[in-house]
Amino acid sequence: MTWGRISLVVCVVLLALAPLTLSPFRLGLLAKYLCFAIVAVGIALAWGQGGMLTLGQGVFFGLGGYAMAMYLKLEEAGSAGLPDFMVWSGVEELPALWKPFGNPVFALAAVVLVPGLVAFLLGLLVFRQRVRGAYFAILSQALAAAFVILLVGQQGLTGGTNGMTNFTGFFGLDLTDPNGQRAVYAIAALVLGVLFLVAKLLVRSRFGRLLVAVRDGEDRVRFLGYDPALVKTITFTVSAVMAGLAGALFVPVVGIISPAMLGIVPSLELLVGVAVGGRFVLAGAIAGAIAVNYAKTLFSEDFAEGWLYLQGGLFVLVLVFAPKGLAGVVESVRERFGRKPVEVTA
Amino acid sequence: MGALANQLPIGLSIAAVLLLIALGLTFTFGQMGVINMAHGEFIMAGAYTAFLLQGVTSQSFLIALPVAFAVAGLMGLLLEWSLIRRFYGRPLDTLLLTWGVSLVLQQLARDLFGAPNVQVTAPGWLVGGVDVLGLRLPYNRVFIIGLAVVCVVGVWLYLTRLPAGRRMRAVVQNRELAAYSGIATGRVDRFTFLLGSGLAGVAGVALTLVGPVGPSLGTFYIVDAFLVVVAGGLGQLRGAVLAAVALGFLNGYLEFWTDASLAKVLVFVAIIAFLQVRPQGMFVLKGRALV
Repeated sequence: MTWGRISLVVCVVLLALAPLTLSPFRLGLLAKYLCFAIVAVGIALAWGQGGMLTLGQGVFFGLGGYAMAMYLKLEEAGSAGLPDFMVWSGVEELPALWKPFGNPVFALAAVVLVPGLVAFLLGLLVFRQRVRGAYFAILSQALAAAFVILLVGQQGLTGGTNGMTNFTGFFGLDLTDPNGQRAVYAIAALVLGVLFLVAKLLVRSRFGRLLVAVRDGEDRVRFLGYDPALVKTITFTVSAVMAGLAGALFVPVVGIISPAMLGIVPSLELLVGVAVGGRFVLAGAIAGAIAVNYAKTLFSEDFAEGWLYLQGGLFVLVLVFAPKGLAGVVESVRERFGRKPVEVTA
Repeated sequence: MGALANQLPIGLSIAAVLLLIALGLTFTFGQMGVINMAHGEFIMAGAYTAFLLQGVTSQSFLIALPVAFAVAGLMGLLLEWSLIRRFYGRPLDTLLLTWGVSLVLQQLARDLFGAPNVQVTAPGWLVGGVDVLGLRLPYNRVFIIGLAVVCVVGVWLYLTRLPAGRRMRAVVQNRELAAYSGIATGRVDRFTFLLGSGLAGVAGVALTLVGPVGPSLGTFYIVDAFLVVVAGGLGQLRGAVLAAVALGFLNGYLEFWTDASLAKVLVFVAIIAFLQVRPQGMFVLKGRALV
């Protein structure tokens, strides 16, 4: 058994034991970190394997989250009623955009399809024109900025700055009850596990190799007869769908979704964990996302101002001294005392 | 019609501020491949300089312009010298690195000046406006537009008339060839950073005329400024000017016609559409490299 296998088993056991030992409050926090870890898997795919630095994952996280929140709000309001925030902002009739979200199947499909479709369209338009690298990063960031302004502006449709909150049920589970919360945690852990495996298989497949080839030498791949734009678009779409699923789980776990969680800064914060953990190693990205968010909770409880210094400083330190993240430090040490150095650019 | 025409100085002054900010970005990006997310914090530093200087003398607003240039410029120089020069050739890493720096700088501003916004009182001669052909021109907007024109002409003269500017253009066009020809590229890089960051500081002073100053002032403008760079083409003075004017007007008028929340989305769609036609931006340096 390799070290990787052993640590994987240890992690699974720890995740399975968590509901038995942690208080409901701490378990909720862990479930939240797992949601961010799901986004991290997607980022590690797009950025680490594909070289696409996406600064707009918050958008896809938000699309998934809002789709889920709309369904939960409608379920709560019953067949005739309006969601509470609409009543407050003076909306009298359910907007047409909201109507289909009363159907759970439609809502679940939207969680996957809407972020996927947005990412696919953007990716196709951008990558086909060979807009890449920093240009793509800037565009994805601009998308995050525009998305948040749109959400805040459409008060009657989205709840504005406050977003949506006060969710009590989730597909028959009672979110106010510790057992319901444990079930939601279990779902989040399960989804993370499945998506981790999917990503792992993707990386190991022929497609995964092609993706790394596109990252390291896009022109060469094109000359070999492949279409790098398509490879990148598909990967970007997959990572967006993962972010969407994470957002949809985030809603019942945390009980709120609002523009403040989706803008430029939160989108970049999602990257911090991946950078710290190691963007080239999927498990490293997950561990990094969980660790960084745990550190954030820890510091926010005691001294909130210090966290921003620490987060900024941590980011700078990691990039200067360990550009491949903590997972890369192990690798670097191994390289130093082993034989073949592995060059990674991008 | 009157309301539409009155939007003109507003659109132009947005464009002017965007241009001042984007000038620094387009040269650091075009010349060094550095995406400086901390650029927004240089704007903030310039604005706080104006705040600290106000009331010191009767003409402190005018004095604030060169002082802010120096303060922001030196901050940029320090950033380049201490961190960024280790990261050349890794544009995505510089983006994340400078974002970390920007977080720290914002928190520093919050600790030094407090989280609430502060106000800089505009000097008396910038209050009010003048009517030209039935068009209301507020003095503060006219001043910002004039300031941007002066800065652009200055940068243009520098690039075309001075030896240092010629060296800078040489490095933008072909870094290796410039180095082989005896140009100290490292020194040119540092000077470009000083100049670009300084202009951001000047933009910060200009912004105090149209709104309050807060720790997150820079974040409001940095994304739009980057879009100017993307649409204008890297390291291109005329591209930056044209794109800034286009984006300033697009922002100003779309907010006027639709509501502000849709305007940003429409601007984004417009830029994606524009990149379908000119993926490299308006003006491109001709070269034989694969794009």
